[in-house]
Amino acid sequence: MKADMTVADENGKQAQRKAAMAVLAHSDAAEIARRLEPIAVPAYENLREPENGLVMLRGRIGGDGAPFNLGEATVSRAAVRLASGEVGFGYTLGRDRRKAQMIALCDALVQSSEFSVAVEENVLAPLRAAMISERDRRASETAATRVDFYTMVRGEG
Amino acid sequence: MYVAVKGGERAIENAHRLLAHERRGDREVPELSLAQISGQLSLGVDRIMTEGSLYDRELAALALKQARGDMIEAIFLVRAFRATLPRFGASEPVDTGQMQVRRRISSTFKDIPGGQILGPTFDYTHRLLDPELAEGSKPEAPATAEASAATMPRVTDILGRDGLIEPSPQLDANSPVGDLTREPLSFPADRDLRLQNLARADEGFLLALGYSTQRGYGRSHPFAGEIRLGEVEVEFMAEDVGFAVPLGAVTLTECQMVNQFKGSATEAPCFTRGYGLAFGQSERKTMSMALVDRSLRARELGEEIVAPAQDEEFVMSHSDNVQATGFVEHLKLPHYVDFQSELGLLRKLRQEFSEATVEIPEPMQEAAE
Repeated sequence: MKADMTVADENGKQAQRKAAMAVLAHSDAAEIARRLEPIAVPAYENLREPENGLVMLRGRIGGDGAPFNLGEATVSRAAVRLASGEVGFGYTLGRDRRKAQMIALCDALVQSSEFSVAVEENVLAPLRAAMISERDRRASETAATRVDFYTMVRGEG
Repeated sequence: MYVAVKGGERAIENAHRLLAHERRGDREVPELSLAQISGQLSLGVDRIMTEGSLYDRELAALALKQARGDMIEAIFLVRAFRATLPRFGASEPVDTGQMQVRRRISSTFKDIPGGQILGPTFDYTHRLLDPELAEGSKPEAPATAEASAATMPRVTDILGRDGLIEPSPQLDANSPVGDLTREPLSFPADRDLRLQNLARADEGFLLALGYSTQRGYGRSHPFAGEIRLGEVEVEFMAEDVGFAVPLGAVTLTECQMVNQFKGSATEAPCFTRGYGLAFGQSERKTMSMALVDRSLRARELGEEIVAPAQDEEFVMSHSDNVQATGFVEHLKLPHYVDFQSELGLLRKLRQEFSEATVEIPEPMQEAAE
């Protein structure tokens, strides 16, 4: 029973980290930096110096079949360790190494009992709201271009 | 053969200086920024990303600026850049069924779940040049409407439920995903490799080949089952992290062609599929790609191979515009020695001819590379 709890906790934690990474990857580096400002970020070291590289993007044959290589994308990544031991990873599309490092820092803070609430409130919540609002704006602009067919009846019904 | 020719250094340096000057154009006119190129010439940027085989809008915009608008030169620059970075690995295959759709049309069903969504399209424009745009324009804000929460299944998924269309081939765990950037092409090539080749292939080449299939050179009776454009989330299985990390979203265009198939002794007649996928908003490209993907399945489907678009060696060997331009344009390089030997041979032949010998001259040797 105890082991099950641990696994569930672990999965929950992982889902939480992944959700945070998704919001951060969608956000502007400058916005993340601005949101981090009010937090007294603890000391940390770079476990992996921020670096640029490529990831081969894969599609699926027919959209739902076996994978194929579509083409590459630029990606930045970084890893940091807080003085308190938490290790955070940052991955994002694009060549902004600073953004990858900030994502890594946030990932470490999310895992820290001392900082997780502050990161959620100051960084993740506002960025998530901005992301959702941007997505909704696009969705509503798109919806206005949806075709409403009507049938013209010819002759006598 | 080529011979090192010295003495051109200063001319080359000055030619590049002149190029930079010409590229800048009239210095009284403001210089283009990458944000302007990326934002206002976005379909050109999409094409450079697709054929350069590198998703990075800013780099593609820089390439277009540096290449003075020459798409193939820009694609070449992007290809060269990608060789400078290490590859971290391959993404999880993207799920276009979960796309945040900005355009989605089907020419096979009027009423599809989720509806026909036109999005930002040139379709139904009158193709009249717009003088207002020349003056600088302030377009109206887009109209908005309440977005429906309904899911948007792919049209092929709907047909697939009734078995009316063939299922997509599934992953064979024993065969790794082919990668033509790592292994030289060999034939016959599997569909994964063919799709990779077509995805980075020259749009004009694929357009012409796709068109040829419609005109009867390997006809395959296509319908545009669905075209969709939008944002798709990308995940990367990062070994150091221990789970698939989100990288953000990429814009993709997908085309599903639905084609006839008459069936065989062992298989009931059903529709077959051609598939196109590309970076950005690349509709013509993905439609052409889907036509050619289907025609290249001739061997697999037991169709007679009679047309160029069905010949995978012909298509795949000539589809890459960087390779093609390299070989065509290398003719500009000094061939002085080759040409001297040809010239010598020709003079000899002409001399023999004028000496009025009755013998017919030997055919000329093929031009050396």
